[in-house]
Amino acid sequence: MNIVVLVKQVPDSSAERSLRADDNTVDRGSASNVINEMDEYAIEEALRIQEAHGGEVTILTMGPASASESIRKALSMGPDRAVHVLDDALHGSCALSTSKVLAAALGTLSADLVLCGAESTDGRVQVMPHMLAERMGVAALTGARKLTVEGTALTIERQTDEGYEVVAATTPAIVSVWDTINEPRYPSFKGIMAAKKKPVQTLSLADLGVAASEVGAEGASSAVVEQHKRPPRAGGQKINDEGDGGAKLVEFLASEKFV
Amino acid sequence: MAEVLVVVEHSGGEVKKVTLEMLTLARELGTPAAVVLGGPGVAAPLLDRLGEYGAAKVYAGESADLDGYLVAPKAAVLADLVRQGQPAAVLLGSTQEGKEIAGRLAVKLDNGLLADVSALDGQGVATQTVFAGSTIVKSQVTRGLPLATVRPNSLSPVPAPATAEVVPLEVAVDDTAKLARVVERKVEPKGARPELTEASVVISGGRGVGNADNFKLVEELADLLGGAVGASRAAVDSGFYPHQFQVGQTGKTVSPQLYVALGISGAIQHRAGMQTSKTIVAVNKDAEAPIFELADFGVVGDLFKVVPQAAEEIRKRK
Ligand SMILES: Cc1cc2nc3c(=O)[nH]c(=O)nc-3n(C[C@H](O)[C@H](O)[C@H](O)COP(=O)(O)OP(=O)(O)OC[C@H]3O[C@@H](n4cnc5c(N)ncnc54)[C@H](O)[C@@H]3O)c2cc1C
Ligand SMILES: Nc1ncnc2c1ncn2[C@@H]1O[C@H](COP(=O)(O)O)[C@@H](O)[C@H]1O
Repeated sequence: MNIVVLVKQVPDSSAERSLRADDNTVDRGSASNVINEMDEYAIEEALRIQEAHGGEVTILTMGPASASESIRKALSMGPDRAVHVLDDALHGSCALSTSKVLAAALGTLSADLVLCGAESTDGRVQVMPHMLAERMGVAALTGARKLTVEGTALTIERQTDEGYEVVAATTPAIVSVWDTINEPRYPSFKGIMAAKKKPVQTLSLADLGVAASEVGAEGASSAVVEQHKRPPRAGGQKINDEGDGGAKLVEFLASEKFV
Repeated sequence: MAEVLVVVEHSGGEVKKVTLEMLTLARELGTPAAVVLGGPGVAAPLLDRLGEYGAAKVYAGESADLDGYLVAPKAAVLADLVRQGQPAAVLLGSTQEGKEIAGRLAVKLDNGLLADVSALDGQGVATQTVFAGSTIVKSQVTRGLPLATVRPNSLSPVPAPATAEVVPLEVAVDDTAKLARVVERKVEPKGARPELTEASVVISGGRGVGNADNFKLVEELADLLGGAVGASRAAVDSGFYPHQFQVGQTGKTVSPQLYVALGISGAIQHRAGMQTSKTIVAVNKDAEAPIFELADFGVVGDLFKVVPQAAEEIRKRK
């Protein structure tokens, strides 16, 4: 089974993140850049499927030159190779354009299974797998907490607000995974060394037959028109519990009409 | 005035609160028209409630095809409706299903998407909070109509009674929309507590709660205040409470009137899911815990002393 894992580089969510003042795009200089955490679970799942069923695992990333660090880190976990869609014109692309480019790149890879994270920590939109499935005419099984592969049959279990559902499809398909699906491995020293030699193919927009005017700020279907930092919440009262902390808490709740 | 389509979120024959919020918002933008999509007979029990909140028209797409697969058939029906009706805007809930339908609709219509908005004005300008609540952005669709997913609890639903006229939709779904088959749907008993993302009061416990059994304390306070129970990732990872109740960056985003954090340090990824709560209360034994930086009222103390006392005090006042 040939698997492509979508990996996005994002600013570290534990650091102070911001948008650039000039064009309102994510400021990649303001925080260190890391692999979108949920994508590590997708990589782990791909490796487990490969261990059980064979085939090849390819990482696919669309992002600026700095994303190559995340690609190496992803490869150090064990995948065979990577494809990096890199083009200056991509800066400022909206989700819709991103899906167009990723779909074009996936078109060159003929994967049986595409795995990705359920959502990214910077965008948090949760739309990429369905946008890609819509463009490619394949099934999307999203938000998996469990994935079973038997031949070409795929079954996932996913959490819902009411309980859970079991959803099935056959390959080719896209599956997005939640962080409850597995525990990603740490790269070994051997893995890190091996990753340095693994092939990383770079594709430009021209290679994919996508026009520069369809992506970036020019081709964007939505635009940020204004941004400002939310004023930090002013900490309010803080009291030490001197045996009456619970009562004081309720007094506060009552003053705010919650009791 | 042009129609504003509101895609109805419902479960077990009831309209979810986010839908009433969207109908309220839609009235500012045009004439609200609700769209119900689901299996045969799904619309009837929802009509009164939709009318009560101003839906003069209810488009009803009812077919086993809309129920037996993941969102693709729903997106197909909606796309046809948008093409025919040229609405002023399309609103969906910012829930897993709402976002998934919206993503497909955006591709089908080559239309920009505004995700997770807390407000949308008549000019189509949406307000969103990003980066763990630290930044507020205003954005706009530059291609197509305003297509937005609306974050639950962003506004208070206001009734505006209308009589809902039902317009049945034709459901013709091709095979590529039927690739992801729902094999089983399991409803887990959830008791009387409100749903986490919709609750106006949320009481969350963290690692400081210590073990699964102690979560009873959190539940007790939640029940006394009519709230939902939430948990930090550390509490979930330690097996104290189920994953669907996790609040934060990789869990649910909540925006209640009151958020109470018990034994939660207030890591940035936790704040990402609760920072827009109206009033925040924290109990933590560490005076330096970052949660106090955003708490309107903080008690530095042992939650095993403070919470039972608070519960007792509320009972007394009732
Ligand atoms: C990519 C990523 C995504 C993440 N997503 C999430 C997410 O969605 N949600 C989330 O919550 N976290 C998330 N985290 C984890 C986050 O960084 C923190 O580790 C987590 O929030 C800590 O949970 P906690 O506050 O319960 O535990 P701790 O940080 O261990 O805090 C426990 C607190 O309890 C207090 N305490 C202990 N005993 C008592 C007592 N008896 N009485 C009163 N107070 C007491 C302690 O003083 C301490 O402040 C994520 C992390 C990463 C890297
Ligand atoms: N630029 C990108 N390159 C590769 N994968 C991406 C990119 N953007 C999004 N993805 C994938 O899509 C998933 C969902 O992202 P999102 O829809 O942005 O929340 C992520 O977890 C990634 O696996």
